[in-house]
Amino acid sequence: MSQTAALNTGETGKFDFLAKDYHAPNGTLLGFWLYLMSDCLIFAALFATYGVLSQSYAGGPTGGDVFDLPLVALNTAFLLFSSITYGFAMLQMQQKKLAGTMIWLAITGLLGLSFLAVELYEFYHMIHIGAGPQRSAFLSSFFTLVGTHGLHVTFGIIWLCTLLVQLSKHGLIAANRRRLFCLSMFWHFLDVIWIGVFTVVYLMGSMT
Amino acid sequence: MSEQFDLGKLIFGRLTLESIPYHDPIIIATFVMVAIGGIALLVAVTRAKLWGYLWSEWFTSIDHKRIGVMYMILGIVMLLRGFADAIMMRIQQAIAFGDSMGYLPPDHYDQIFTAHGVIMIFFVAMPFVVGLMNYIVPLQIGARDVAFPFLNNFSFWMTASGAVLVMVSLFIGEFAKSGWLAYPPLTGILQSPGVGVDYYIWALQIAGVGTLLSGVNFVVTIVKMRAPGMSLMKMPIFTWTALCTNVLIVAAFPILTAVLALLSLDRYMDMNFFTNDLGGNAMMYVNLIWIWGHPEVYILILPIFGVFSEIVATYSGKRLFGYSSMVYATVVITILSYLVWLHHFFTMGSGATVNSFFGITTMIISIPTGAKVFNWLFTMYRGRIKFDVPMLWTVGFMVTFVIGGMTGVLLAVPPADFVLHNSLFLIAHFHNVIIGGVVFGVFAAIAYWYPKVTGYKLDPFWGKMTFWFWLIGFYLAFMPLYVLGLMGVTRRMSHFDDPSLQIWFQIALVGAVFIGIGIICFLLQFYVSYRKRDSLRDETGDPWDGRTLEWSTTSPPPQYNFAITPCVYDNDAWWHMKANGFKHPREGFAPVHMPKNTAAGLVLAGISTVLGFAMIWHMWLLAGVSFAALIGATIVHTFNYKRDYYIPAGEVKQVERQRSEVLA
Repeated sequence: MSQTAALNTGETGKFDFLAKDYHAPNGTLLGFWLYLMSDCLIFAALFATYGVLSQSYAGGPTGGDVFDLPLVALNTAFLLFSSITYGFAMLQMQQKKLAGTMIWLAITGLLGLSFLAVELYEFYHMIHIGAGPQRSAFLSSFFTLVGTHGLHVTFGIIWLCTLLVQLSKHGLIAANRRRLFCLSMFWHFLDVIWIGVFTVVYLMGSMT
Repeated sequence: MSEQFDLGKLIFGRLTLESIPYHDPIIIATFVMVAIGGIALLVAVTRAKLWGYLWSEWFTSIDHKRIGVMYMILGIVMLLRGFADAIMMRIQQAIAFGDSMGYLPPDHYDQIFTAHGVIMIFFVAMPFVVGLMNYIVPLQIGARDVAFPFLNNFSFWMTASGAVLVMVSLFIGEFAKSGWLAYPPLTGILQSPGVGVDYYIWALQIAGVGTLLSGVNFVVTIVKMRAPGMSLMKMPIFTWTALCTNVLIVAAFPILTAVLALLSLDRYMDMNFFTNDLGGNAMMYVNLIWIWGHPEVYILILPIFGVFSEIVATYSGKRLFGYSSMVYATVVITILSYLVWLHHFFTMGSGATVNSFFGITTMIISIPTGAKVFNWLFTMYRGRIKFDVPMLWTVGFMVTFVIGGMTGVLLAVPPADFVLHNSLFLIAHFHNVIIGGVVFGVFAAIAYWYPKVTGYKLDPFWGKMTFWFWLIGFYLAFMPLYVLGLMGVTRRMSHFDDPSLQIWFQIALVGAVFIGIGIICFLLQFYVSYRKRDSLRDETGDPWDGRTLEWSTTSPPPQYNFAITPCVYDNDAWWHMKANGFKHPREGFAPVHMPKNTAAGLVLAGISTVLGFAMIWHMWLLAGVSFAALIGATIVHTFNYKRDYYIPAGEVKQVERQRSEVLA
């Protein structure tokens, strides 16, 4: 506020006006965070739905029948490591190292792709053995919850690729740094959601 | 041969010439009228050479004031459509007794009541409320625009896109016949194989994206962009209610998105969330949609409480009574609105404990609302009240809304609700609060802020005509429904057997005609005021002796709102400035940082409309292409880094000089 010119001092000796734009910093980050919270509510609705329908097997397979825990463990590892590598990318960004940022981002993207590949294999396998989303309400809610997370990861990867191109074009300018921060929040958010999925869907589901 | 056939299916999906309801004279007549009106409008705009102006100054504008006005126009246009549905239903119910089946077949009648509800909530009330917040909030907090001006434009066009899909359903295919919340299993693929439910789903999904983003936008705007000195407890009360409403939007609309997506999966992918077999549970849909739906009614009414608070203080010439209790009441309503959703379906049978909980929370919510009514009354008490048009609406609201609130508390008692559930008593109740609250409030707000938007006041004669026709029309149209509801008449009927009921429906029809005249007066008011704009002109920017910052600018405000940002020391900031002998500054302007206009929002929403249409008609090829185009266009938009510019200080100075001269 000290840089702003004060005008029109009133009787009370207080300023009535500031000449400069009063633009608060980090509006985008707050906005993006709010978006993430709204997204979190979509997942909350899907978790609640899964919670209600998780025993509605309709004579079909249960979680214990179809979940392959070692595979899911591998997948979880891919995703958690991708969060760490994103963290490394952000550290490189803070040190203003463009190449390092991009390399770690690319590694993050590859780990994300591996996660998606394993998930798609899992889905393919389940549909193949007759445990597709149409089989029962339990499987509908399973595919929708896990699939929505997978869809988010897909969009995250598309965003990440776009950002790599933009980084190579413009470097670590303020706009790109802001975007890196937003994608970082998005990526870690998906990790948090996955912890919930892993626990509620896979670990608890395997006990059935 | 079969390959060619498949190609046709791939391109056109389920759409055939038979999908156009040319055998229905009512729809054809409507279509002809809409087409003639539409062509006349296009010709008029072309002859006046307005396309370039509309495109560069309005459609691509990211000025919150322009966007606010566009929301209001969308709301008015859709109000006409929604009212046409209403009067058709009233005529049908007034004549369809005994042997007479009326003039609407049940199939058509069902679409009309569904469209009426959907349009009035999503495409009339929501655009009105969002439009008001758009125009007023940045001005009240001393900001130059919203936090994300482009997103704001995009949000508007997504809302408009949803409205377009609903309108298209009138002439191509059909609309849902399921009621405005589209409960399964009726809306499942087995019971509703047609396109009606799909129109419903996609219109709401697309408009919902717009609403959610504007919610995020306004929360950030209010949290981050208030003028220096404006602490939370110094915010104007309308801004407070807008903040709470937008928090509700961010917290409620995702649930709507999720539940409609689940319904789509049932319909498109044969999943079993809400089906009757394979483990589906239809009541889960009802729960989820009301977890959105109940906060939604508070999303509509809270800003209107804000409007009335501003008006009552201004026209009583007094500070608002109980500012902080008003704020706390608003926040308490915001929280409680999440804890009452089950009262919409006590009859689900969740047991005495659950029903009691939700019955009690529902009754509790009337306490903060009652506190607000007393605050308004005490503001008027010993005030110097001027009964201008906005104040008439306010008094009409206070009486009408309290009646609606009391019937709401009646319905909150679960045993009473078991009798009245889905009866016309319920219909009367929610029209009582939505018309008596939201609609009256929007009309009050239009009369109040119109001079700010245009620079001239609305003609008070036609304003008063509008008010009296609406007020009398409302009571005539809906009080009979309370009576009928208590007699056990259920909603959504297109025919009745008992002739003793007919008189009540005929009274209701008279009421609807009165409301129709009220709408005509409302439209005439704009025309007459425009003709008389020179005598109605307000050059002070502050025609009502206002109290908040929007009245400190000229009318209409310059595109940057405030050349220099005001400092705030009081919750009636402008009142305080006037009391301290404030003068508009003439010197010391800095360049103003502004966002550039962009067509990106319009393009993205246009593609979304095509995508929605393709999904509705199962045109998979078009759906795929438009989805790819949507992603592509979004990515292209992110490559645009040059989104702002500066208005040089010299230009600002010139504009401000002119304005100061007018003011002096």
